[in-house]
Amino acid sequence: MKIWDPRIEEMPAEDLKKLQYRHLKTLVYRLYSFSEFYHRRMDEQKVHPDDINSLADITKLPFMYKSDLRDNYPNKIFTAPQDELVRYHVSSGTTGKPTVVGYTQKDLEIWTNSLARSLTAAGLGRGDVMQVSYGYGLFTGGLGLHYGAEKIGATVVPTSVGNTERQIELMQDLLVTAIACTPSYMVHLGETAEKMGISIKNDTELKTAVLGAEPWSETMRQRMQEQMGISAYNIYGTSELSGPMFTECSEQNGIHIWSDIAYTEIIDPETGEQLPPGERGELVMTILQKEAFPMIRYRIGDITSMDDSVCPCGRTHPRIERIQGRVDDMLIIRGINVFPSQVEHALLGIPEVSGHFRIIVDRKGALDTMLVQVELNPDSFSDKLSDIMDIRNKVSHLLKNQLNVAVGIEIVAPGALPRFEGKAKRVTDRRVM
Amino acid sequence: MNTEDYIIKQISVFSENKPGRLAAIAKAMEEEKINIFAFSIAEAKGFGVVRVLVDKPRAALEKLVNIGFMVSFTDVIAVSMHDVPGGLYEIANILAENEINIEYSYAYSGKEAAVLILRVDQADEAVKHLLNSGANLLKSEMFA
Repeated sequence: MKIWDPRIEEMPAEDLKKLQYRHLKTLVYRLYSFSEFYHRRMDEQKVHPDDINSLADITKLPFMYKSDLRDNYPNKIFTAPQDELVRYHVSSGTTGKPTVVGYTQKDLEIWTNSLARSLTAAGLGRGDVMQVSYGYGLFTGGLGLHYGAEKIGATVVPTSVGNTERQIELMQDLLVTAIACTPSYMVHLGETAEKMGISIKNDTELKTAVLGAEPWSETMRQRMQEQMGISAYNIYGTSELSGPMFTECSEQNGIHIWSDIAYTEIIDPETGEQLPPGERGELVMTILQKEAFPMIRYRIGDITSMDDSVCPCGRTHPRIERIQGRVDDMLIIRGINVFPSQVEHALLGIPEVSGHFRIIVDRKGALDTMLVQVELNPDSFSDKLSDIMDIRNKVSHLLKNQLNVAVGIEIVAPGALPRFEGKAKRVTDRRVM
Repeated sequence: MNTEDYIIKQISVFSENKPGRLAAIAKAMEEEKINIFAFSIAEAKGFGVVRVLVDKPRAALEKLVNIGFMVSFTDVIAVSMHDVPGGLYEIANILAENEINIEYSYAYSGKEAAVLILRVDQADEAVKHLLNSGANLLKSEMFA
């Protein structure tokens, strides 16, 4: 497997840490000097750049939140003057104001280099024809992948989103070997192709998909890979970080976060304390070399865990697991963090029940209880109680494995649970705190 | 002997364990003018299966599915017992001697005799041995 930048990507972890520390020190001084916002934050926290004398000292620095970006709309956090900016991207902002991200020439170079390493790690390079089916425009997905793919010498087909039938025709005509899009668009593409009488697996050259920008599950990956004859790689990034930046390598076992670009922490969202590798918590990122829109200890709100062991692919940079959910959705059951998305993912793997579910959290004495109601699929209904009990036990066992906490399971009739248009409200918390 | 003549379609209905479910089933039967010969409720954690023997099983199944119940047919057999001490023993013993396992059973007291409804692991074998031993099995045409 090819490595884009072996010097950095295979650098011993100790050297990477030294590099990170140097970048951090510079970043903190620069922010303290040029960002009124962050200067004030550090004063409030009573921390000065001189207090940062090791990488571990990063915990002395205050966090940044999504609300900080909204409060400082559009550009009050920027540390580069407008005449040094070469581009803006604007995130949609599902609540309240959007977020504006500015880029200097160097910011764009780092972003593109990050993707060049990542796409190479996913097995792509010169000779590949990559269809970029992310939206081009204010959204970072389209242009980000576009320049990343060009950098590695792939031929880009900038289809953007929409007009799916034409996308499939082009995929066939231009012998497209790779695609970048959202997982749901990939599914839609597969279904549309099928309606046109085209099998992605047999009638196209597509071998690789780089999928992200929305949550998806391992079950979905397996299904897509099998049905479409592709390898599907998880890509991660948000507009605040620059855009999509990091992907899995050929191991498909975690997303490599380039340590010279970002310092990754996983924290307990309640206490803010750092968690050891392997434990799930909130992802916090410091983008070490950003010029226009610096990010220190930014609380993205995504839930994941980190593995800092050297990857079998040879890369020394830590990996984060597939995003497990959002902090806002997190439940704490008997001290264990539980995400409704984990329940959803687990249920997808059990054909005897539908994907609809409801979580009811309560407290009996001092003990939290969590009940998951699941709908039995009509095909799995049996007159024998023991058959239904077996299904119930299967669900219970799988959920306990996924969540690390025992939950009650209630089997209900198909259609018994409420259906939602738009955002589903699947959790009822009856605990009185 | 055609054992199929004695294999009866029982209706099994999945029901959550909450008030009003049996009433909903019974009301549906009433609306379709379907007579219930016998029923039982088996209950597990949070749910149950209502088993019903009716005179028009197909119409009953269709109606229950239409109003949103999860329903299936289950093969059972029905034995008319002597309503005297030892009546149940007679039947149970025939099955025991022939290594036939009873998965569940319920009974009703009919106009002429008591009727035992049996869900067994080998329905054909059960019918054969019961008939050979002189037991009085109800024909499935009564329930169709």
